[in-house]
Order: sequence, then structure tokens, then C-alpha cells
Amino acid sequence: MSIQELVSEHAAVRRRSSRAWTIAALGPTTMLGGVAWAFLQPYRITVLHPRGQGFWWLVIEPPLLAVLAGVVFALLIAPGVLEDLEAHEDGR
Amino acid sequence: MQPPAELVHWMFATGFLLLGLCLLAQALVGEDVWRQRPWRAYVWPGLAFLMGVLMWPVMVFYTNSTIHMVAHGSWAQVMMLAGGAELGLVRGKLKNSYWRLTMPLAFLVSGTALLIHEQNGWLFARAAFLHHLIGWLMITGAIFPLVSVFRPRSAVWRSGFALTFVVLGVLLYCDRDVAPVFGHLSSQAGTPHR
Repeated sequence: MSIQELVSEHAAVRRRSSRAWTIAALGPTTMLGGVAWAFLQPYRITVLHPRGQGFWWLVIEPPLLAVLAGVVFALLIAPGVLEDLEAHEDGR
Repeated sequence: MQPPAELVHWMFATGFLLLGLCLLAQALVGEDVWRQRPWRAYVWPGLAFLMGVLMWPVMVFYTNSTIHMVAHGSWAQVMMLAGGAELGLVRGKLKNSYWRLTMPLAFLVSGTALLIHEQNGWLFARAAFLHHLIGWLMITGAIFPLVSVFRPRSAVWRSGFALTFVVLGVLLYCDRDVAPVFGHLSSQAGTPHR
């Protein structure tokens, strides 16, 4: 195998890896965004000050919804996509 | 027992965020990998269709003027049309890929409806600002699904399409019933909430 082939194969592996890494990072990044938002605007987390809040205000809290979207994607979508992507890259 | 209107915006924001994440993953891995599990091909079109269906109760219970009702009704219709067309293509019931033009159509109709039904200026209140911003986001963002119809394997255009939904979700999360924007709040807007 020539050096050129080795270099191009190495570049291909790196490209594939970065794709898989990005998929794996989507869910946690979304969750992290929600957590960062909760720290920036803690008053939007109504469970921290529940007195006088109605049902909906206690259930629907935007930073937690963002975290939930990240959790759903990370647990339900990403694992299968990663598995299929790796199988596709391995030529299986 | 109805949730306040701003909470409904946040629920839809979560749906659009999830939709954007799925589309972004699809753009990154490509159509072939995404469709290796048959159920996965139905996820985002199904979600888009479902949000279109859920827009009907929003139209019925939350609109207080004709123009608001027409705007919400048009969003419900175009979301169902775009989601349904994609479901038909995935299932194989629809063969012509030009059915995907329903998505840029949905973007254009949604953006136009947002701009037309917002009667106040940009800095009237945060909701008015976001209506203008989201309206223009949808109209300019229509370029992504439009080009994706003709270049379906382009990761760049498909990623742009996905990220438009992510940005839409973030903007909807910013919505409040009555709140200032950049320090501006019209005296006619009412008393700001928390």
C-alpha cells in the first residue's frame, strides 16, 4: 500500500469518526444547552419555587424540555444511528 | 385546565427541536444509513404530521381573532401536507420526489402567515419581535428544503434545513406572553409577567 493510499484511508477514517462523534454529541450538547439555560435563567425552573404555581407551570419548564429533547434523541435515536453508521462504514 | 399560550409555544418548540435533531442526524449519516431501520424513516415526517394535527386544537382553543385563526389553520394544513407527503414518499405510496416541494411551500406559507397576522411593530413586545423574526426565518429558510429537493444528497443544504428547525425551536422557547425585548415594551402591551 502506497503512502498516498494510507493517507487517503486515514483521512477517510477520520472523516467517518468525526461524523459518528457528531451524532453521539448531538443529544448531550442539547442537554448541556438546557442545563446552561437553567443556570442562566433559574427563574424559568418553576419547581425551584413551586409555591403558588399551577399544574402547567410546574410541568412545562423550557430548560427541562430542552434537556428532555436531548435525552429522547440520545436514548432513542442516536444509538441505532451510530450502530448502523459504523456497520455501513465497516462495509457490513 | 388549558395551559397558557406561551407554554404551548414551548411544547411546540420541543417538537421542532427534536425534529431538527433527527433531520440533522439524517443529513450527517445520509439517506441510506438513516433508512436502514424502516421505523426511523417515519420518525421526522410522522412528527411533522403530528404537530400539524396538534395545531388544530391550538387554532380552536387559543385564537381570539379571525386573522389568528386563519394563520394557525394555515400552519396546521401545511405541516400536515408536508409531513404527509414525506410519509407517502417513505411508504412508497407517492413516487414523484417533487412532492418534497411541499416542505418549502410549508415554510413560505408559515412565514407569510406569521408576518401577516402580527399587527404590531418589531419592538412592541417580545412576542411581536419573535413573530417578525420567525416569519423572516421561515421565508429565508425555505431555500434549504427547496434546494434539497434538487440536491437530495447535499449534506450542507440538508443540514441548513435541519438547523432552521433548531433555530425555530430556540426562538419559540424565547416566547413569553407579555415581556420586553431589548428593553422595549409598549405601554399598550399590558403588564409584563415574571
